[in-house]
Parts: sequence; C-alpha cells; structure tokens
Amino acid sequence: MTTATLVEPAPPGPVHEAWRGFAANRGALAALAVLACIGIAALLAPWLAPHDPIEQFRQHALTPPVWQDGGLAAYPLGTDELGRCLLSRLMHGARISLAIGALSVVMALVPGVVLGLLAAFHERTLSPPIMRAMDVLLALPGLLLAICVLTILGPGLLNTMVAIAAGTLPGTTRLARAAAMGEATKEYVTASRIAGAGTWRLMFVTVLPNCLAPLIVNATLAFSSSVLETAALGFLGMGVPAPLPEWGTMLASARDHIARAPWVVTMPGLAILVSVLAINLVGDGLRDALDPKLRRLA
Amino acid sequence: MLAFLLRKLALLVPTVIGITLVAFFLIRLVPGDPIEVMAGERNLDAAAHARLVQQLGLDRPLAVQYGQYLRQTLSGNLGTSIVSREPVSREFALLFPATVELALAALALAVTGGITLGAAAAVHRGRLVDQAVMGAATLGHSVPVFWWGLVLIMVFSVDLGLTPVSGRIAIEYDIEPATGFMLIDSLLSGEAGAFASALLHLLLPALVLGTVPMAVIARMTRSSLLEVLYEDFMRAARARGLSPARVLIVHGLRNALIPVLTVVGLQTGALLAGAVLTETIFSWPGIGKWLVDSIARRDYPVVQAAILISALTFIAANLVVDLLYGVADPRMRHR
Repeated sequence: MTTATLVEPAPPGPVHEAWRGFAANRGALAALAVLACIGIAALLAPWLAPHDPIEQFRQHALTPPVWQDGGLAAYPLGTDELGRCLLSRLMHGARISLAIGALSVVMALVPGVVLGLLAAFHERTLSPPIMRAMDVLLALPGLLLAICVLTILGPGLLNTMVAIAAGTLPGTTRLARAAAMGEATKEYVTASRIAGAGTWRLMFVTVLPNCLAPLIVNATLAFSSSVLETAALGFLGMGVPAPLPEWGTMLASARDHIARAPWVVTMPGLAILVSVLAINLVGDGLRDALDPKLRRLA
Repeated sequence: MLAFLLRKLALLVPTVIGITLVAFFLIRLVPGDPIEVMAGERNLDAAAHARLVQQLGLDRPLAVQYGQYLRQTLSGNLGTSIVSREPVSREFALLFPATVELALAALALAVTGGITLGAAAAVHRGRLVDQAVMGAATLGHSVPVFWWGLVLIMVFSVDLGLTPVSGRIAIEYDIEPATGFMLIDSLLSGEAGAFASALLHLLLPALVLGTVPMAVIARMTRSSLLEVLYEDFMRAARARGLSPARVLIVHGLRNALIPVLTVVGLQTGALLAGAVLTETIFSWPGIGKWLVDSIARRDYPVVQAAILISALTFIAANLVVDLLYGVADPRMRHR
C-alpha cells in the first residue's frame, strides 16, 4: 500500500472565483468587452470624437452615413438635421447616458441598503413605515414616477438622476431587507451578537458583506433600466435639456426626418439598444457567477 | 378566499392613502405660485389672487385642504383642466378606454406570443428554435420602446405603406363612441371597412407595447416549463399513452403557468409606462399621451389626476393578479 499525499491547492478568493464563473460565460464576456468599448468611447469622447457634438455644419445637414450614397468620410455615421456629426454626438451621448445610469443606481443603492438593513433589524418599529413608503413609490411604474418627480423638480441632469433613482429605490430596499433578514437568523450573526457587536456593526460589518451578491446583480440590472429610462425621458422632452446630445433627446428631434433620413433615427436607437443589451448580458453573467441560487435553468 | 381578499385589501389602504398624498402635494410643489398654477393664469392682481385663495380654500390648514381633496376625489370630482376648462373626469372617461383597448391588445399579443414561443423553446431545448427564441427575447427585453415604435413605423408605414402612422381609425369614418373601444364601436357602426381600419391602426401600437412583456413572458414560460417537463406526473401522463400535445398543454403548461401569471401581473407596470411612450409615438388618444401633453401645457390638475389614475390602475391590476394567483394556486391563500 502506498500512501499518496495530496497537496490541497489554496482555495480561490471570492473575487477570483466569481471571475472564473463569469469568464466561463462567453456571451457575458463578449458583452463586457462591448461595454468596455462604449465606456472608453464615452470617457475619451472629447479626444476621440471627430467633431464638437454641438457644432453645426449647416451645409452638410442630413448627410447619410459614409457607406450610403452621398456619405462623407468626415461624418462616418452621417449628420442630423442641423448638420451635427452623429458619431460625435453619440460618443458624447454615451457619457451622459452612462453617467446618469451609474450615478442614479448609486443614488438608489446607498439609501436603499441603509433603509433595507434598518427595516430588517428593526422589524417592529422601523420596518412598517419604511416598507409602506416603498409601497407608495412602487404604486407608480418607474417611468411615471420619474415623470412625476421631474414635473416637480423641472428638467436637468441632476434632476433626471434623482427621478430615476426614486424608481430604483423601492426594489433595492426590498431586496436589501429580504437578503438581510435571510442572513440575520444565521449562526454567525448570533455569534457576533453574543460577542457583543452592536446593531450598527451587525448591520454593516457582519451582515452586509454577505448580502452583496444579489445587490450587485440587482444594481447591474437597475443600471440598464436607468439607461433606458434616461433615454425615454429625453424622448418625452423631460430629461436632459437640448442641445446636450442625449440619446433619447436625439431620437425625439429625429422623428420629423424619419422618412427622409432614417439614419438619424436608427443610430441613437442602436446605441441605446447595444448598451442596454450589453449591460443586461453582463448582469445575467454576474448573477450566474455570484449567486448560484438565482441561476436560471440553462 | 374572502379572508384572503380582505387581507390583500387592507394592505392596500396605506398605499392608496400615500398615493393620494403624492397627488395632493404634486400640484403644490410644482414650480411657480400654487394659486396661479391651479387657476392657470399668470400675473394675477392682488384682489383676484386673494379671491382665488379663498375660493380654492388655500388659506385653510393643509390637513383640511387634503381632506377636501379626498372628499372631492372620492365623489368623482378630479378637478378642472386649466386649458380646456372641462372637468378632468369627463376627458378621462373619453380617453381611458383608448388606453385600455391598447393595453389589452398588447397584453393579448404578449401572452399568446410569449407562451407559444416560450413553450416552443422549452420543448426544443438547446436546439436552434430555443436559441432563436431566447436571443429574440433578450433583444426584446433590451429594446427601447419608443425607438422600436419608430423603426416599425419606418418599415411598415414609410417603406411598405401598409399601416397608418397615427390615431385610432381613418378620419373618413365618423364613429359614434358607444363602448369607447374602437374595435367594438366600428363593428357596431356597420360601416364597411371601419373595423379593418380600426384593426390596422391598433396593430403597430399593440405590437410595440407588447414586445417587452412578450419577451419577459417567453423567458418565464420557458424556464417554468423546463422545471415541469421532467416531473414524475409528466412521465406518468406520457406512460398512459396520452398524445404529446395533450401532455404538453394540459399537464405541462397548466402547471407551468402559475409563475407566468405573476410575471404577467408585474408587466402591467411595463404596460402603463410603455403606454406613455407608445401613445406619444402613435398619437394614440389615451391617458399616456394626455399626461405628456398636459405636462407640456402645464395643465397641472390634469397631471395630478392622470398620475392618481395611473397609480390606482396599477394597484388594481396587481390586486387582480394576486387574487387570480389565489385562485390558481390555493396554497397562496394561506400565506
């Protein structure tokens, strides 16, 4: 009998393990690459974009994209009705859409986590008022709530973020509360409590790190719906004011030229679609990698 | 079942009160002087201003004003439009059926399309059909509603000239509104071609509005059916020699559809929000377009009423789904 000694390799860290799970999903990986490209285009737009996004070249108004008859190499994706370069506008628009999307998620995530944890740890006192308030916010579908908030606050970049965050808040709060309640009865929390940890320490140091997986997945999906909603508000003329090149606002002004210049409608829409799709696919990949319980039947 | 219903209703009371508070404060928080906002007149002189304060009861405590607002709303008085000077409730009664018709048509498309596609994907799991359906569902879930509407207009109306671009029926038909549903009214009118015209007008908006719910329902049907397909009772049904279609539809889908029902309920929110965009694109005279137009015109009494109505519709739709859930799955009643 020979005894084989097995050297146990060090277990991979949580981040490494999640990355391995994520990287195994080729669709999600490709989506992440696309998202990275959009992010880089957005970050470097002032240097990469061929033109100023609000400069008007009136003599070249409604120039088709370069691959169509009459297209000009100077305007690869064509120009809009005022002769503004579509590619430059889309790149600068990515800055606005991604920034509003990301910041509005943060603006919902931080108070949502705090409120959710407070509700989970004070089930008798704080939970009912917090959760009823969230029910009121949930009684209006996201876009209508955002419209409501913007009616009060008026249009603008910051107001759009607040309006969209208001719609994301109840879902985040509910999720944080449910996740924290699931953790709160586990033994490590009891052990920590017995060791003398106060409520705040239990909430944010003991329990919160173990609730992060669903919250991260939720934040990703909220990000994509924020991008969609920003565009929808822009389209309705309530979000980001002109002449800022917001994708939805671009679509709204393009409507009148739909028959003559289809590209002014197609391009901003494709930009929204590709971004939202990429974020959603990354979100799905993250969910599968971080939270095996939530994994959908493949 | 009655206890279940009462419990659900009791849970809604705080929400409904909260929503009326939101609507109440909305009109008081919009930029500008609230008196001028409510009266719809600018630069009032001091005497007129004071008279209006008295007339609108704005000199009384907020709680009293809120009580008055609640009493009015409960008696069906939703205020007066600043622009048209018509009672808001009358405009609402004209526009609401249009939105309901559009939403129901979209829901019908979404449910039939979504369940069929989802079931097809589940049965052919891993094969081309499955991949095509799931790819389309992922796309449909991410597509911006308003852009999708414009693309369909571009293809079907501008390029092919098949469908009309706006409204509910061609202008040459003068249909007397009896039910408010154009499909039914046009049939009742007996005018040749009226029904076809109404149907053509409804087709694109319903398709646009139904796309996102259809994608969600297809995904849910697929995963829910996949869980059921390998259950023992399915094998038992096959073993008894039932036809594959009967096994799938009677034994499989019926059990798989309970979670799908919840998703359908959640989609009423998407339908309401989508209706705002769809109605704007297709100039569909419903409450979504009414809301958007009123905001642009600063007709705040209408905005207030439209927000209140949308929220109540959404709450009611969710209640109905909860109840259906209780009917479909008796275990739910005892939770």
